[in-house]
Amino acid sequence: MLVNEIKSLLKKELVLEWRGKYALGGILLYVLSTVFVAYLSFVKVIDVKTWNALLWIIILFVSINAVSKAFVQEDKSKTLYLYSLASPQGIILSKIIYNALLVWIVSLLALGVYVMLIGNVVQNMGLYLLALSLGSIGFSTILTLVSAIAAQSDNNVTLMSILSFPILLPFLITLIKLSGGAIDGLAWSVLSKYVIVLGLLNVIVVILSYILFPYLWRD
Amino acid sequence: MGQIKDYWWKVLGVALVFYAIVAGLLTDVPKLPILNETIRNLYYHVTMWFAMMILMTGSVVYSVKYLMGFNIDFDRKARITAGIGILFGLVGITTGSVWAQFTWGAFWVNDPKLNGAAITLLIYLAYIILRNSLDEEQKRARLAAVYNIFAYVLLVVFLMILPRMTDSLHPGNGGNPAFSSYDLDNDMRKVFYPAIIGWTLIGVWMGQIRYRFENIEKKLHADD
Repeated sequence: MLVNEIKSLLKKELVLEWRGKYALGGILLYVLSTVFVAYLSFVKVIDVKTWNALLWIIILFVSINAVSKAFVQEDKSKTLYLYSLASPQGIILSKIIYNALLVWIVSLLALGVYVMLIGNVVQNMGLYLLALSLGSIGFSTILTLVSAIAAQSDNNVTLMSILSFPILLPFLITLIKLSGGAIDGLAWSVLSKYVIVLGLLNVIVVILSYILFPYLWRD
Repeated sequence: MGQIKDYWWKVLGVALVFYAIVAGLLTDVPKLPILNETIRNLYYHVTMWFAMMILMTGSVVYSVKYLMGFNIDFDRKARITAGIGILFGLVGITTGSVWAQFTWGAFWVNDPKLNGAAITLLIYLAYIILRNSLDEEQKRARLAAVYNIFAYVLLVVFLMILPRMTDSLHPGNGGNPAFSSYDLDNDMRKVFYPAIIGWTLIGVWMGQIRYRFENIEKKLHADD
């Protein structure tokens, strides 16, 4: 039941995104511009820590931009119609899945362009991609719920950032640790604890969103 | 005049804080390198954080209660409690800064406990901004309650994982003398724990006064 609902809502999101390609194009261009700004400012980043932190900051800002439209985009009447058709759980889960996909693609692109321009220092790319994937899920879940809150206020751009930055930090710090280990090519036995922490964090935020979203949507 | 059973906790709060101030300055403290006599700040600085976290927990409980019945009074209580928690946090960060200047030689150092404190304040200041950017009472209450719960859980997780990610300058980490190792064989705990309870009770009292003050204001405006 819920699975079918999520499937059709997800399809709706994808079709809408495809119809309004300029929004997707906007985010992709945002990635390119941001990485290019970083490239022109740094040219080559020798210090591994700086390389890593810079990439994660880029991904953080790109994610906020990608997800912030999750609830703002739709107009009031369409939203009401949608909410009369679907359950809040279905809506939040489909939005989370869709945004996770979006953030994942966008951060992969960011990584690709970043490596091309600034150079590659990662020794264990597989593990780095794992960190990127786990981060995408967490970032998008938190940002989706926060955007549902911020969309109902007047100054949603500022609110989106100030509400989400402090609560994104547990993710960001763990991710930087894990990806830093991947860059240095540390053994899996050293890094597995970060993967577990990230997995648990993801479970926590998804469950919280699932429980709390029904209180947000009815107006 | 109320009954003693209604306000005994206020008397207790004042007595405990008074006791903590007097005993904190007069009793013997262990002589430790680096810390020396500034260790007495433990009674005034660390207790602020404990009281703040207890108040923030109270605020979350009120937010949950609000979402269960949509009674606007719980939302007001959640906001007032969080506000007093922020006040305690600001006092805690100030006393901590002064202490850090004396012991570590800087007002701010990169330390998980300091960063945790800063994040806590950022979250609750954002909570206040969120409240102020919404006009409609019930909507504001709903959104603020959801954010309060969501942020609180992540904050607790953050405070749990952060110290395991980085080294701390605080006692017990990274070669600093630990409190717990000598706490047990002297009298510091006898002052420390009462101080936490005392400050928390004072915080609750402040919240109650604020709450009643708002009730009176509401009544006055209703007559206009």
